[in-house]
Amino acid sequence: MIIKILGSGCPNCKKLEINAREAVKQLGLGVDFVKVTDFKEISSYGIMRTPGLVFDDKVVSFGKVTDTATIVELLNAYIQERRV
Amino acid sequence: MSVFVWLNDQLLKMVWLSDLTEFLLYQIGVDVSTPLGASLHFFIYDVIKIFILLSVLIFLISYIQSYFPPERTRQILGRYKGVTARLIAALLGTVTPFCSCSSIPLFIGFTNAGLPVGVTFSFLISSPLVDLASIILLASIFDWTIALAYVLVGLILAVIGGSLISWLKMERYVEGFVFDSPMVSLEAPEMTRKDRIVFAKDQVKFIVNKVWIYVLVGVGIGATIHNVIPEVWVSAVLGVDHWYSVPLATLIGVPIYADIFGTLPIASALVEKGVGLGTALALLMAVTTLSLPSIILLKNVVKPKLLSLFVLYCTFGIMLIGFMFNILMG
Repeated sequence: MIIKILGSGCPNCKKLEINAREAVKQLGLGVDFVKVTDFKEISSYGIMRTPGLVFDDKVVSFGKVTDTATIVELLNAYIQERRV
Repeated sequence: MSVFVWLNDQLLKMVWLSDLTEFLLYQIGVDVSTPLGASLHFFIYDVIKIFILLSVLIFLISYIQSYFPPERTRQILGRYKGVTARLIAALLGTVTPFCSCSSIPLFIGFTNAGLPVGVTFSFLISSPLVDLASIILLASIFDWTIALAYVLVGLILAVIGGSLISWLKMERYVEGFVFDSPMVSLEAPEMTRKDRIVFAKDQVKFIVNKVWIYVLVGVGIGATIHNVIPEVWVSAVLGVDHWYSVPLATLIGVPIYADIFGTLPIASALVEKGVGLGTALALLMAVTTLSLPSIILLKNVVKPKLLSLFVLYCTFGIMLIGFMFNILMG
């Protein structure tokens, strides 16, 4: 699984990445992190507000710094969804 | 009326805070009638005032703004055409939360969804220029008539700018990739009242974090102009009787990237030193609407022709507004 952080490197993107890394650590998952800073690529996900959080190719949150607990929930839901 | 004036003085201008600062400075032996003491008083009072106003205002305004995320604005704008669409774009620009770091994704998101470029530009001009918080801050430093006049000319500038871009068929000068492959347009997630409060709180933290340095620098410059720099120097360069004061103020403001909250104290100090209101507003508008970083960002999505039209139009429009204010107030 790949987690992408979409954003041009603003402070909020960094905070989101820290939260996402913490969530991954709590769940003990093996995940690759990718930072997407290119405008074209960010826009191709359909978001207008950064930072964006993407699991593989699914946008799970955008325009806010999602907190660690919420990311844990999102990750659990995503893993469930993938199994089905 | 007198109740209204009193409320305005105490709540927005915070006369009580000015008196309190003066009293406390006097207690520690600082005389506010000396230039240094007056500068110190201006600095302490203004910094505290701006941070109080900033926090309260941003909280209230962000709560309102949470009803108008760009996704919703885009959807609303899609229903209108022509000048109406551009007028609504300019109006929504005042309530849609906007951060310059999101201006490019926003431009692509609007354009790719089929909104005319003129509509998007009306939004992009009005959004940083006529911000809800800046209106209330203008009212607190000057008065309500000036704040309302500022909003009106700001909206007119945005609508005419968008219309000009549309009449000149500037779509040609948008980079091709913006139109490529229709993208998924994500909808804004539903928000509960609790979500909105959390959003508003986060905005306060985010904006205070982002602008505090501009406020300190701006108030510092304002305090220096206010009490240390002789009035003759200021009016020799930017005085109302010099026709070139407005273009000069505009050209100084265009490349600078600063926040409106940091620029307002400078503008108000300039006005107190006999600089024309139009000149001070031209500086304010130029600083907020255009900046070198935002122009460089925009260069990613539009070709040089459209970019130059945008920059030149805003520059001359701001100068015109400055001249108008100086003539009307002078």
